[in-house]
Amino acid sequence: MDPVGLKHYLFVGAMLFVCGVVCMATKRNTIGMLMGVELVLNGANVNFVALSRHTPLGLDGQIASMFVIVLAAAEAAVALAIALNFYNNHLSIDVDRADDLRG
Amino acid sequence: MGVLVFTIFALAACGGALAVVLSQNVVRMAFWLIISLSSVAGLFFLLNADFVGATQLLIYVGGTVVLLIFGVMLTAQGPYTNLKTNPGEMVLALAVGGAVFAMLVAAFTGVDWDANSDQIERKFGSASTQVAGYNQQDEGSSVRRMGAALSGIRTESLRDGRNLKRPGYLLPFEIVSVHLLVVLVGASYLARAKRRVAPSQSSPAA
Repeated sequence: MDPVGLKHYLFVGAMLFVCGVVCMATKRNTIGMLMGVELVLNGANVNFVALSRHTPLGLDGQIASMFVIVLAAAEAAVALAIALNFYNNHLSIDVDRADDLRG
Repeated sequence: MGVLVFTIFALAACGGALAVVLSQNVVRMAFWLIISLSSVAGLFFLLNADFVGATQLLIYVGGTVVLLIFGVMLTAQGPYTNLKTNPGEMVLALAVGGAVFAMLVAAFTGVDWDANSDQIERKFGSASTQVAGYNQQDEGSSVRRMGAALSGIRTESLRDGRNLKRPGYLLPFEIVSVHLLVVLVGASYLARAKRRVAPSQSSPAA
C-alpha cells in the first residue's frame, strides 16, 4: 500500500484552491487577481490527475487536466489584454477604480 | 523515498500558494507563483502523469507566468507594484478562506473513495489503474495513449481484454482548438494600445 494516498493529493488541491480564492478576493492588483485564478485552476488540476491515478477512471482525468491547462492559457491571454486596456484608459491597475459601469 | 519527494513538492506547492496570498509585492507574487506551479508539475510526475507534468512546465511556467510577468512589467509604475490590502479585509478573507478549507477537507475525508471503484468498473469497464509508468517496459509513457484518445481512439488495455466502453475526445479537442484560435485573435485585438487619457485628467495614484 502506497503511504501517499489520494487524500494527500486532495489536501494539496484544496489548499491551492483556497489560496487562489483568497488571492482573488483580497488583491487590489489586477495581475494579482489573475494569479489567484491560476492557483484555483491548478488546484482543480491536482484533483483531476490524482483521481485519474487512484481510481479506475484511467486516462480521463489527465485529458481533462490538459483541457484545463489550455483554457487557463487562453483565459490568461484575454484577461491580461483586458488589464492592459484598463491600464491604458485609467493609468491604474487598481481594481477598486474599475467602477465605470456602476449604476 | 516517495513520501519524502511528495512531502517536499506538496510543501513547496502549498507554501508557494500561501506566499502568493500573503505577499504584497506583485513581482514577488509572480516568483512564488512559479515555485508553486513547478511543484505542482513535480506532483504530476509523481502521479505517473508525465505528459501533463511536462505540459504544466511548458505552458504554465513557461507561458502563462511569462505572460503575467510581461503584464507586471507593462503596468508596473512605482505605486502599483505595492498595492496594499486593507489589514481588516485580509483578516476577514483569511478567516473565510480557513472556513472554506476546513469544509473542503471535511468533505473529502468523509468519502470512502474505494467504494465507488467497483461500480465504475461495472459500468464503464476498468482501464488498468496503473496509468502509464516508467516502471512498465511495454507501456512507455502516457503520451501515445493520450494522443490517441485526443484523436478519438481509446487504446487503454482492459484487464479482461474487452474494448474500452468510453469515448475518445476528438470533438472537445476540436472545440478547444477553435476556442484557442478565437481567443488569441481577440486578445491581440484587445491589447492594441488605442487611446490614453490625457495626464491632466488622470487621477493621482492610490
